[in-house]
Amino acid sequence: MKIVKRLLPHPIFSLVLLVVWLLLNNTLSAGHILLGSVIALVLPWVTASFWADQLHLHKPGLALRFLLLVLWDITVANIQVAKLILSPRRKLRPAFVRYPLDMDNDFAITVLAATISLTPGTVSIDVSGDHRTLLVHGLDVDDEAALIAEIKSRYEAPIKEIFGC
Amino acid sequence: MLDIIISIFLILGAGFALVGSIGLVRLPDFYTRLHGPTKATTLGLGALLIASMVYFSSRGEVSLHELLVTLFLFMTAPVSAHLLAKAALHLRVRSEVDLPEDDVKKP
Repeated sequence: MKIVKRLLPHPIFSLVLLVVWLLLNNTLSAGHILLGSVIALVLPWVTASFWADQLHLHKPGLALRFLLLVLWDITVANIQVAKLILSPRRKLRPAFVRYPLDMDNDFAITVLAATISLTPGTVSIDVSGDHRTLLVHGLDVDDEAALIAEIKSRYEAPIKEIFGC
Repeated sequence: MLDIIISIFLILGAGFALVGSIGLVRLPDFYTRLHGPTKATTLGLGALLIASMVYFSSRGEVSLHELLVTLFLFMTAPVSAHLLAKAALHLRVRSEVDLPEDDVKKP
């Protein structure tokens, strides 16, 4: 068990590397599986010093559900933004919103910021130095408090649960 | 039948890419324009990639490259939008609404 841990410090990262390598070459031949495995083993080891504190996936099932939710929201977001762009007379109400963060792990915040950028009418801009607030720009903000509450329950809560932080 | 499905996805994809570009022209300031490339085009590109996947897979060879394009796009789009916005805020690029003050030190 210890040897496995030393060889595979980031098992999920290694698996993703192998899958990406096989997808890149669009093949499942033995040679590429071998080469991909070597890359998957060596790369995490070489880059180990760049990794900050490691996060563990506490709930893989929830992570998958979250991914599907985000994909669905991206689709809805596109249609909403398309409507906003095309409707001629509607006055947009863009706004900068300060979003209070409940977690302080760099990786979890990165995931949340990326999710915010990909979903309905919001782009994350900046995180404050103390990791307390995230500056978000909304394309058409009706009610700041409602937007914050929605991000909190829809995205931040699952992310917190997935990484257990 | 397959041709029809592919065509629908192609038109859908092109349509969303077009809407994204129209957004770039019509939206009032830099910060709102940022929403175009991160949103309207992700779905446009997604639809185009599905069309590509269906087309090449129907010719005998399973093609999954497109999944990688999607993956890389979803990783890079938020980062580039984030950096553009941060740079704009730092340079105090004109905005329709008041810029947030204390996040960026004035020169």
